[in-house]
Formats: sequence, structure tokens, C-alpha cells
Amino acid sequence: MTNEHLIGKERRKERLDRGIKVRTEGIYAVSSWQEVAYLVLPRLILIVGLLLLPLLIPSLYWKRVVSIAAIYALLALGFDFLAHFVGLVSLGGAFFIGVGGYTAALLNKSLGLPPALTIPMATLGGAIICTLLLLPALPLRGVYFAIVTLMYPLALMRIIEALNIFGGTDGILGVASFPNRWIEQYLIILIVIFALFGLRRLVNEDIGLVFRGVKDNDQSVRASGLSITLYKAIAVFITAGLGSLGGAYLAHIYMWSGISQFALDFSVIPIAATVIGGGGTLVGPLLGCFFLVPISEWLRTFGTLRIVFYSVILMAFIMFRSEGVMVYAQRKYHQFQRWVKV
Amino acid sequence: MSEGDILKVTNVSKAFGGVQALLNVSFNVQQGEVFGIIGPNGSGKTTLINCITGFIKMNSGKVLYKGKDISYKAPNQIANLGLTRTFQIMRPYYSLPAYKNLVIPLFSPRARKAGGWRGGGKLGDRETVSIDILEEIGFERDSFVPYKLASSLPTGYLKRLELARCLALRPDIILCDEVFSGLSMSEIASMVPLIEKLQMDGITLVMIEHRLRELFRVASRVMVMNFGEKLTEGIPEDVMNDERVKEAYLGSEKLLDYTFEG
Repeated sequence: MTNEHLIGKERRKERLDRGIKVRTEGIYAVSSWQEVAYLVLPRLILIVGLLLLPLLIPSLYWKRVVSIAAIYALLALGFDFLAHFVGLVSLGGAFFIGVGGYTAALLNKSLGLPPALTIPMATLGGAIICTLLLLPALPLRGVYFAIVTLMYPLALMRIIEALNIFGGTDGILGVASFPNRWIEQYLIILIVIFALFGLRRLVNEDIGLVFRGVKDNDQSVRASGLSITLYKAIAVFITAGLGSLGGAYLAHIYMWSGISQFALDFSVIPIAATVIGGGGTLVGPLLGCFFLVPISEWLRTFGTLRIVFYSVILMAFIMFRSEGVMVYAQRKYHQFQRWVKV
Repeated sequence: MSEGDILKVTNVSKAFGGVQALLNVSFNVQQGEVFGIIGPNGSGKTTLINCITGFIKMNSGKVLYKGKDISYKAPNQIANLGLTRTFQIMRPYYSLPAYKNLVIPLFSPRARKAGGWRGGGKLGDRETVSIDILEEIGFERDSFVPYKLASSLPTGYLKRLELARCLALRPDIILCDEVFSGLSMSEIASMVPLIEKLQMDGITLVMIEHRLRELFRVASRVMVMNFGEKLTEGIPEDVMNDERVKEAYLGSEKLLDYTFEG
């Protein structure tokens, strides 16, 4: 029964899960190849697509853009995780990138450590530094937390400038590069894939439920005998770790670390990517970055006008697809619609 | 402090700006009893619970729980000692299914100590344990109800979910803030045996209630509050025959006479 003859107020849309979705949720998912494909194919397309990307792109310039997009993707994953699963809106992308970048550059220049050591150390060290600095802001919620996270990169930038430490406005030059162009290209893509699937698993684990509880009803979490500050700190640690990893990577790609790593682009583009990709899906913001960062590069030919084009794209998404591409796509994939009589 | 007292509250005061919400409230709760707290709206009952459980910092006073001073501790520390509470306005995790709501309290240090790091120890993982708790509290295991989103559950189930969250912490004492309010007569009728069962399991209950008939069925002692102060305390019959209590609930006859004359 299609009910196509019904019009106007007589009908409404009803959404139902597809039978294959209901079946594949349980343990019986592997009973037929269609069901296996239904589960595996979207993931496989994403992973294979990301891995093929550098091979399909011929020019060195655009290969570099893919790496930069992957670094933004780490920030966007962190933003989405923090905003939609913990309830903290963070504008700290620039903060995490800057701290990670400077930590890696300093470790490399002063101690002579290779990237294989500086990147993990900067990831961990940056996460610890950022979490400690944000600790006083953790009881804050919503826009207040966002303001504090926005303040740190601006303040650190001016401090480095004013005190002329860490190379001042010139930054730290001559940071070691990766031993091999393919390592540089593929390591970050693998990291992004692991971060995506790791976070997706994490939010459905028991500790992930605690995070979601903090977002949903923090008083209830306290009544359940759990400290909300502790769990917010753990979540900020994870996010700051992803961001610092990106920052360290960036420093080694450009062989340089400077105050422009505290630029607000690193805070704003992940949010725009989350709007476009669909908040709360984790994969959406990642794809959003791989869409937005190249566009932003491509628009460079228009000079300062690129901000206008950029804003138009964003506005169009907010007005016509505010839920985001992936939320829409997942709904179409998992559910079908039909008209029913009111 | 006498031998059987599990909770001893001494001279708790709390002012919100100029409003004295609580003034020198003291009472003792004995191990295993059901202790009722009643009083007109705005008499400070919920504030009292908030102060005891640490959700509001009291201005002065002392709370002893099992002989240990817990005044001015954080709510999560207090909950971990086994002193749990329900909220009058239910606070479930609306975006999670009912059974996943209980995974969060089962993740607390207290529950983990009792049940191993996977949750239930020999009983299974946390989700299995939470389904068991939900069944105990009146969610039919084989129905869809425990698997529904909390946002789609009716009030009666949400009230039970509040109690279930406390039970997941393996509490020694539950402070119930109006578990009967907003429920239909039949829902209340099915809730009363649940309360009696909790008591038989050895859990001490402190109940704030407006449904006096049901409260008096289960409570052994009742405290009456009015305007942030304790009016009286005793067994239900004595308390309801007290002139001051009638005055607080129904208004004073003398006062009425006076107004009419004036």
C-alpha cells in the first residue's frame, strides 16, 4: 500500500528500519552474504577510498592537501566526540595543534629525537598539557567552555610573540622531516582510520555510555557515584591527544613550527566540517574535512573572495541540510519511508 | 549516636540569599526503617535531601552516615558510600535505552568493587546485570520496555528507573524524593510492594511524600517540616493528630478567626 493518492494534511511520513538493518544488529549478521555486505561495504568503501586517495591524485601539491585534510579530520573527530558525546563544545583545535606542534618541534630540535619518537611523545605530552590547562574550565558548560578553549591559543600566541621564546615570530625552523614521502602520506591516513573506528567503538563501550550520560544529565551521573570532572578530563585528554598528534605531524610535514599553528582555522574548520558532515556520526566530520579543506585550497585562486564562497557553501548546508550529509545518508541507508494516513 | 542509627543529621541550615530554606533541622534514621518526611510545598524537604547528598552545600550543620562525617563531601563520593537518592523530577539519560541507563551507575567505583571490572562478576556483563535489576524493579524482561529509549517511557517507569539507578549502586540507604507523585492509583498500588520489598532486603529508606496514605502504610516514623524547620517527629498516628501539623497543612483556625474579625 503506497498511499500515494493521499494529499496534504491527510498523510504523514513514516520511517521504518529496513529488515536487513534489524537482522544485522544481532548476532545473526553473518547468515547471508547480503547481510555481510550490508554491514561491511560502507566501511570498506571508506577505508579503501581513503587509502586510494593519494594514489589517485597525481600532483604533489594536492597530495599534501590530503595530508592536511587528514590532520583537520583528527580535529573534527575530536570536536564531534567532545560536542556530541560528552557535551563540551570546544573551540580548542588551534590550542591542541599549537601545543602538539611546538612540543614535537622542541623535542626534535633540542633533544634531536626522530619523528618516530617526537610524534608519540608530543601526542601524550600535548594531551597532558592541554588537559591540565583546561582543568579549571571543566565545570563550565556550553558557550563558557568554548570561550575558554578559544582564549588559550590566542593567549599562547601573544605570549610566544611578546617573550620571544621558542623562536618568537619566526618559529622553530629546521624540524626533521619524515624519512620517506609515502610514510608521510600514509601514516596520517592510517591514524585517521584508527581514530575513527576507535572512537566509534569507545562511545559504545561502558565508559562511552558514561560520557554520553555526562552530556545527557550530569547531575544523574554524580548521583550514580561518578565524578563528572574526571570523565570530562578523560574526554578532553582523548581529544587533545588527537589534536596534538595532528599538530606534531604538521610540524614534521612543514619542517617548521610557529605561531600560525595557533591560527583560528584549526578551531573553525572542524566545526564547519561537523555541520556539513553531520554531528554525532563521527564519520561525517571526517568526510566533511576531506570536502572542505580541498575546497578551501581550490578557492585560493579567487583570493580574498574565497571567504565569500566558503560562507555561501556553509550557509547553504545550514539552511537546507542542517542535519548534515551523513545523518541524511545513514537514514536513507537504514530506513525506508512511506506515506501513512493521519 | 545510638547503636542502630545509620544516618544522623544535626542542625542543618541553608539559606538561598535572604530565604532561609532550612533552619537547624536534626533527625536520626535507624538501620532498616522507613522514615517519612512530610510537609507543605516549599517547606524545604527536597533542599534537605540535596544538602545530605551533597548536591547543595549547606551553610552549617553536620551529617553522620554510619558514624562517618559526610557533610560537605561531593555527591559522587557520598553515592559511593552507599547513600543514594532519587530525583523528584526524574533525571534519566533520555538518549539511552532504559537498560543502558543502568550501565552508568554500574560503572561507579562502588559497583565495580562489588562486581569486578566487567560489572557483574559471575553475574555477567553490565548490561546483563542491568536487565536483572530492571526486572527486579518491575520492567518485564521479555517485553520491549527495558530496551526502549528512556525518552519514550511513561512516568511510572521513569520513577522505577530512578530507584533502579540507586539499586545498581548496591545502596545501604535510599533517599526517595516523591516516588509516588505523578503516578496513577494503580501505579502507586504496584509501587508500594516494591518499597516493602526494598525494606525487606535490608535497605533503609527515607521517603519524602505527599501521598500520606501510602506513606503511612510503609513508614514507621515520620518527620513533619514547615517553613524550613522541623515541626515534630513520631509515629504516623501521633504526628497527624498534632495540632501544629494540622495548622501547617490546613491553616490555623485561630488565624482564620482573626482575619475574619479584622
